[in-house]
Amino acid sequence: MAMALSATFGKSPIPQTSGVGLKPEHYRDILDGAPDIGWFEIHAENYMGAGGPPHAYLTAIRERYPISLHGVGLSIGGAGPLDTDHLARLKGLADRYQPALFSEHLAWSSHDEVYLNDLLPLPYTDETLARVCEHIDEVQSTMKRQMLLENPSTYVVYPETTMREVDFLREVVRRTGCGLLLDVNNVFVQAANHVFGATEYLEDFPLEHVGEVHLGGHAEDADEDGSLLLIDDHGREVADPVWTLYERTLAHTGALPTLIEWDNDVPSWSVLFAEAKRADRLIALTAKSTAPEFAVAT
Amino acid sequence: MSADGLQREEAFAQALLDARAAVPTALAGRDGRSADRRFAVYRNNVYVSLINLLAGRLPATVKLVGEEFFRAMAREYVEQTLPRSAVLLQYGGDFADFVDAFPPASSVPYLAAVARLEMAWHRAYHAADAEPLTQEAFVALGPRVEELVLSFHPSASLVRSPYPVITIWEHTMRDDDDEPGQLPADGEDALVLRPALEVAVRRLPPGGAAFIEALMAGATMPAAAAAALEQTPEFDLSANLAGLMRSGALVGAH
Repeated sequence: MAMALSATFGKSPIPQTSGVGLKPEHYRDILDGAPDIGWFEIHAENYMGAGGPPHAYLTAIRERYPISLHGVGLSIGGAGPLDTDHLARLKGLADRYQPALFSEHLAWSSHDEVYLNDLLPLPYTDETLARVCEHIDEVQSTMKRQMLLENPSTYVVYPETTMREVDFLREVVRRTGCGLLLDVNNVFVQAANHVFGATEYLEDFPLEHVGEVHLGGHAEDADEDGSLLLIDDHGREVADPVWTLYERTLAHTGALPTLIEWDNDVPSWSVLFAEAKRADRLIALTAKSTAPEFAVAT
Repeated sequence: MSADGLQREEAFAQALLDARAAVPTALAGRDGRSADRRFAVYRNNVYVSLINLLAGRLPATVKLVGEEFFRAMAREYVEQTLPRSAVLLQYGGDFADFVDAFPPASSVPYLAAVARLEMAWHRAYHAADAEPLTQEAFVALGPRVEELVLSFHPSASLVRSPYPVITIWEHTMRDDDDEPGQLPADGEDALVLRPALEVAVRRLPPGGAAFIEALMAGATMPAAAAAALEQTPEFDLSANLAGLMRSGALVGAH
């Protein structure tokens, strides 16, 4: 493979089908096997090196597939100002690879110049709402594109919270014009950890603003009193009840770009591909179930 | 920016990084109960993710001391050296220095050298791309090459060691459990670089490291050769130069 120095890419929108998180373990499988998959998502920070195989492979894959750019380190929910150097790096990546979607998290991960390498929770108050909106305004005006904000998975709550997460997200969308990335596994994890109904949460979620769905695996742990505590570890298959929740979501939203996230204990390409195809089958069923309405119209 | 928000984050971050600290009172678990167990999930995420990242970059170092020892050592490093950037590709750059000064590791005296070699490999992998100077272009420089400063590939770096670091690294990375046989008695110097897509670790001939070190510092070829000869009387300029050219380590001359 030739060294990637510069490339221009055509417009490649993300199709309303499944995609998977791009892992170095699968570079060769993808380029050699040309799998029938709609798109790939990259973690932005993994491609912020100067050069080498990551950029060479990503360039080759981008020539063949649409790409979605997913940031994990911008700390949009942080109390301090955004790291403008980091934002500039994100902009540079977006300019270089022309991703069709860009997303980040409703979380914070940096404090006092230390990067904590985790997606940490914030309370939902008028104060945090204003700051998150300021940050998203800055991101969108710098990147010159809409971003999707992802709903988090959390383990603790802040009693000072005054707003439901769904209302917070709806208000962020209204004020900033951003879209949403709905992580169905995160909804399931939070519902178990904070004892609420996942279906009810989704009924109140601003689904009309969702531009992408994430599906990942979680681990089961236990709280002090032995009750179930779910950990969002992206280290296994998507759990069956999460698939069910996803299917119900599709019934409301219709087909959506849907990402299989598997970041730890990365499986073979065939296992990951099978997960993606499972999502595609559910998306196809959604399309079928709405077909009769179109049939009547013709 | 909000003072309340920063204070809340400060309390969270401090408790996150100090396992003995109390969980911030602003947090609660299920139904308003204690958040201790749940906060431990975040504490664990921070340390385990960074330890895993170091272990992934340093497979030979891990094999040499075993998973348990490595993880305990890496935890101490992480506690002392938290990342300052969300770009973790550069994290752990001084890990080998830490190993050098970590008393429990002193029974494996070459451990830091192996860690240094693996970190150089990782840096080379992600370094900027550049086209190596061809043999023809080098020859075309003619006699004036002696007055020029040679520039190295952005991925190139030296790892010098009083231990046979390359042999130890190669043996450790092999899957079999064969005894290494007789280790070389002398130290080894490595030139680590990635002229195209594959990282190469080259064993340097006598005086080679001193020669390259001087060139990298901006010395002309005759001056660098003199420096190498001073350290190593058997230094062979033409052999070293040919090796450098073959490895693709040079990208230009000015």
